[in-house]
Parts: sequence; structure tokens; C-alpha cells
Amino acid sequence: MSIAITTQIICFSVLSLVILIGALGVVLLESIVYSAFLLGGVFMSVAGLYLLLNASFVAAAQVLVYVGAVNVLIIFAIMLVNKKEDLKPISDIKSRRIISTAICLTLLSLLIRVDLTNVWSLSSPQNSIGEESTIRIGEHLFSDYLLPFEVASVLLLMAMIGAIVLARRDVMSKDISTGLPVDQELIEKSSETLLTNKN
Amino acid sequence: MEYGLDLEYSFNEFLKGFGLSSEIAHIIWLPLPMLLVLVAAVVGVLVTVWLERKISAAAQQRIGPEYAGALGVLQPIADGLKLLVKEDIIPAKADGILFTAGPILVLVPVILSWLIVPFGQNLLISNVGIGIFLWIALSSIQPIGLLMSGYASNNKYSLLGGLRAAAQSISYEIPLALSVLAIVLMTNSLSTVDIVNQQSGAGILSWNIWRQPVGFIVFWICALAECERLPFDLPEAEEELVAGYQTEYAGMKFALFYLGSYINLILSALLVSILYLGGWGFPVPVELIAKFLNLPINAPFIQVFTASIGIVMTVLKAYLLVFIAILLRWTTPRVRIDQLLDLGWKFLLPISLANLLITAGLKLAFPQFFGG
Repeated sequence: MSIAITTQIICFSVLSLVILIGALGVVLLESIVYSAFLLGGVFMSVAGLYLLLNASFVAAAQVLVYVGAVNVLIIFAIMLVNKKEDLKPISDIKSRRIISTAICLTLLSLLIRVDLTNVWSLSSPQNSIGEESTIRIGEHLFSDYLLPFEVASVLLLMAMIGAIVLARRDVMSKDISTGLPVDQELIEKSSETLLTNKN
Repeated sequence: MEYGLDLEYSFNEFLKGFGLSSEIAHIIWLPLPMLLVLVAAVVGVLVTVWLERKISAAAQQRIGPEYAGALGVLQPIADGLKLLVKEDIIPAKADGILFTAGPILVLVPVILSWLIVPFGQNLLISNVGIGIFLWIALSSIQPIGLLMSGYASNNKYSLLGGLRAAAQSISYEIPLALSVLAIVLMTNSLSTVDIVNQQSGAGILSWNIWRQPVGFIVFWICALAECERLPFDLPEAEEELVAGYQTEYAGMKFALFYLGSYINLILSALLVSILYLGGWGFPVPVELIAKFLNLPINAPFIQVFTASIGIVMTVLKAYLLVFIAILLRWTTPRVRIDQLLDLGWKFLLPISLANLLITAGLKLAFPQFFGG
């Protein structure tokens, strides 16, 4: 066995272990902050797996999108809220846990079955495109995957407009959460800059 | 452009002369450039700290450090030693694990990004195909470390500083990436070596700064904001937030933040010089000089000479930018947080988008000037 293959096997086992333990930690830990940080670790390890598969562009994109954007936003939201209140104990917590575990195990067995029955077309290392994959991804995005790409961007645009509407309450006549009419004057006052009129 | 010093090849051949297999030779080679770059980064930090002290003193009509070595050059080493021997304190009500992991997460991505900084045709750790994209991806990890240390300190100033750092870092990453994208469009490649080679045609005239003036300014502003330098040092604004996310840190953990911010500054300056100022290129192409003097460009002595000129040029350009950054720090006031976010989202983002579109249009119209 050559050194390169040994290194690959070691990397793969370490990454898989980190992914498994980290993912379990995300679900099972009590502290939501720890869960969020562990989620970042899991995303990073998935990027490492992509790197092992010679998909360096996908790995970097994974880090940029999932760690740099999604995970940072999750942590950001948790810290902005940062409420330290004790959650009410749920009476039937045990039966809920059993049901959710059963559903998760069913899904897992389904996935394992798909993995075992499907015939995977493995490409040999000689056929892998390696560094050229960036160009190939670009070509696919602008030819046969153009429609999904555009639909995804429209979806993101919708989410963005929705967030802006929710944040800027002055475009609504009613408050979304309470249903009461919004005092437009108050919003106008608060959105003015604080220092301009004082001197 | 396949000529140039290839130290790795010669080193491996040298080891093979002792009867080692090529794999073993490769493993012995691997840590050497990494160590070299790490040492270069740390020495760069020491020089920058000294420059910061001296230039700030000059800006305020003081003398600055004077007694530690000639002109105070040993002052940064004294600072470093002091931080090394200080007691490592974790506040009683802080979260120990996150408190320790925070500074590491801030420093490691910055050091990893040195992977792609070229000092010459073959003088970089790894010419990875995704090149500059790797740096953009890695620099997006940093806010997690800042949020982590801000939260774990269990201090409201730290938390506010961490939140500010993350908000700033997210909003300035987008114009930064867009201005890099315009360069990549002109180069047809993400690799930093290709980006420099694309600018090496006619010396100083072919540098990207003439073709991307708007991109250069946007990139420089965003790089300063990513480094949290004044006028964008809101996360650690000392008059408002004590020291931001670093408030509770002492000793070596604080030194990691300190090191990280200065390594990041040097890295940003190096990347500006690579992207916009021709990287290791001499203002007059070295090939032209060699032809003028009738010297063979592939002779070993000329090769060593051009390689050293390349390193000197890269470092010189980077330190010129570091000098500008230090001058900016000691002459400009700090912006407010709303001004900072307005500048990022309402000014730099539209401008860099327009710059990208115009670059694409110019590339179609004049392919010989803007990379066909």
C-alpha cells in the first residue's frame, strides 16, 4: 500500500468520525450554541470529504456557503436573541423521543437499502477531471442546468424580498404578529438618524 | 511560461541521489515550504508591529520605541516575549472550551490562506486550481471564531464586539468577492500564478490597476474592513467596547488575536499586490532587461537573480500598502456602525456589481486588452 493511499484512508476515517460524532452532537446536545458550532464543524468535515474526492471547487463553495454564510447566520440569530429562560418541561417527552428515534432509524434503513441495492457507476481515478471541474460546473450551469439554476435564484430573491418586507414594517398597515394597526409616525421618527437634528 | 526555479524538483532529485524513493523525498519536502512561509509570516508581523509603532509616533510627533535595539527594532520581540510568559487566564464564568477554540479559529484560516500567495513562478506552497477562491472561502470562517470568543467571554462588550465583527465581515465579503471576480474574468483562471502572469506582459503598464481602478479601490477598502483596521475597527472600538471580543483575553490567547490581525493585514496587502500590482513583476519586464544586456534568460545565475528580484518586488509592494494602511489608521476617524453597513451594502456592493458588468462588456468588446 503506497503512502498516498494510506493518507487517504486515514483522512477519510477521521473525517467520517468527525461527521458522525458532530452530527449526533448537533441533535443530542442540550445547549443550542454548542449545536450551532458543531454544525459548523460538520459542514467543514463534509468539505474535507469533497476535497478527498478531488472536487476542490465544490469543497471551497461548501465552506463559503454553508460555513461562511448559513452557519454564521444561525449563530448570529442565536446570539442576537440570546434568551436565558428555562424551557417548560414537556410531559410526554419520552414517547416523543421514541417516535422520533423510530422515524430516524426507518429513514436510515431506507438509505442503507438504497445504497446496497443501487449499482453505482464508479469512475476510475484516471477519468477524474480534477482541477478542470470548475470549468465543467460552469458549463453545466449555463447549459443543461440553466433552468434549476435560475429557479433557485428566483427562490432566493423571493426570500430576500420577504425578509425586507418583514423587517421594514412601514410598508404594512397592520403589524404582522399582533394584527394591530401600525403607528406610522412612530416608525418615521425612529428611522430618522439620531444626530442630524440635534445641533 | 514553464521556466523558472523549481526548488521542489531539484530537492527531490538531490534526495533521490541518496537512494531515497520519490515518495519519501516528497514527504521530507512537504513541511519545508510550510515552515518557511510560517516563519516569513511571523517575521512580517514583527516588522509590521515595529512599523506601526514608529509611524504612529512620527504621525503624533513622538519618537516611539528607541532603547530596545537600534531604533527600537527589538521592541516587537519584547512584546511577544511578554505575551508568551504572561499567565493564561480563563474567566471563572466563561465557557472554557469555546473560549480557547475562538482564537484558534480566527488564526488558522488566515495562516492557511498563505498557501496561495506566490513570490515567484514556482515560489509558492501549492498552485491549487481554485487559487484565490480558496482565500475567499477561508476568510469566511473567521467570523465564527469571533462570534465564538465573543459569546464564550460572558461579557456584554465581548458579545457586542463579536456580533459587530461578524456583521462587518459578512457585509464586506460580497463586494470583495465581486471585485476579485472581475479580475478572474480577465484572467480566465482562479490561480494566483496565472493572475500574475497575465499582468506580466508590458511591465508596469500591464498591471491590473490600470484596467481595474474601481475594483482596486473597492478591494482595498473591503480588505481594510476585513482586517478590522481603522477607519473600520468597530469590533474593538476602545472608547465604546473596551476592546470588543478581546476584552477578556490575556497572554498567549490574546497574542493569537494580535498575530491573526497583523498576519491578515500583511496577507491582504500581498493579495492586493498580486491581484492589482503585478505580483512579483518588476516595473520593467526582466526578460526585456536580459535581452537588452544579451544575457540568456535560462542561465542558473539569471534565474536566481530574477527569483530574488521577484521576492523583493512582492514584499516591497506589500509593505508599501501596509505603510498606507498604517498611515490611514493614525490619520482617519472611525466610522459609525450604520455608516459602515451603509457604505458596504448601499455603495460598495452596487459599484462592484457595475464594475463586474462593465468588465464583462469590455472583455467582449476589446478582448486583446481585457483577456480574451
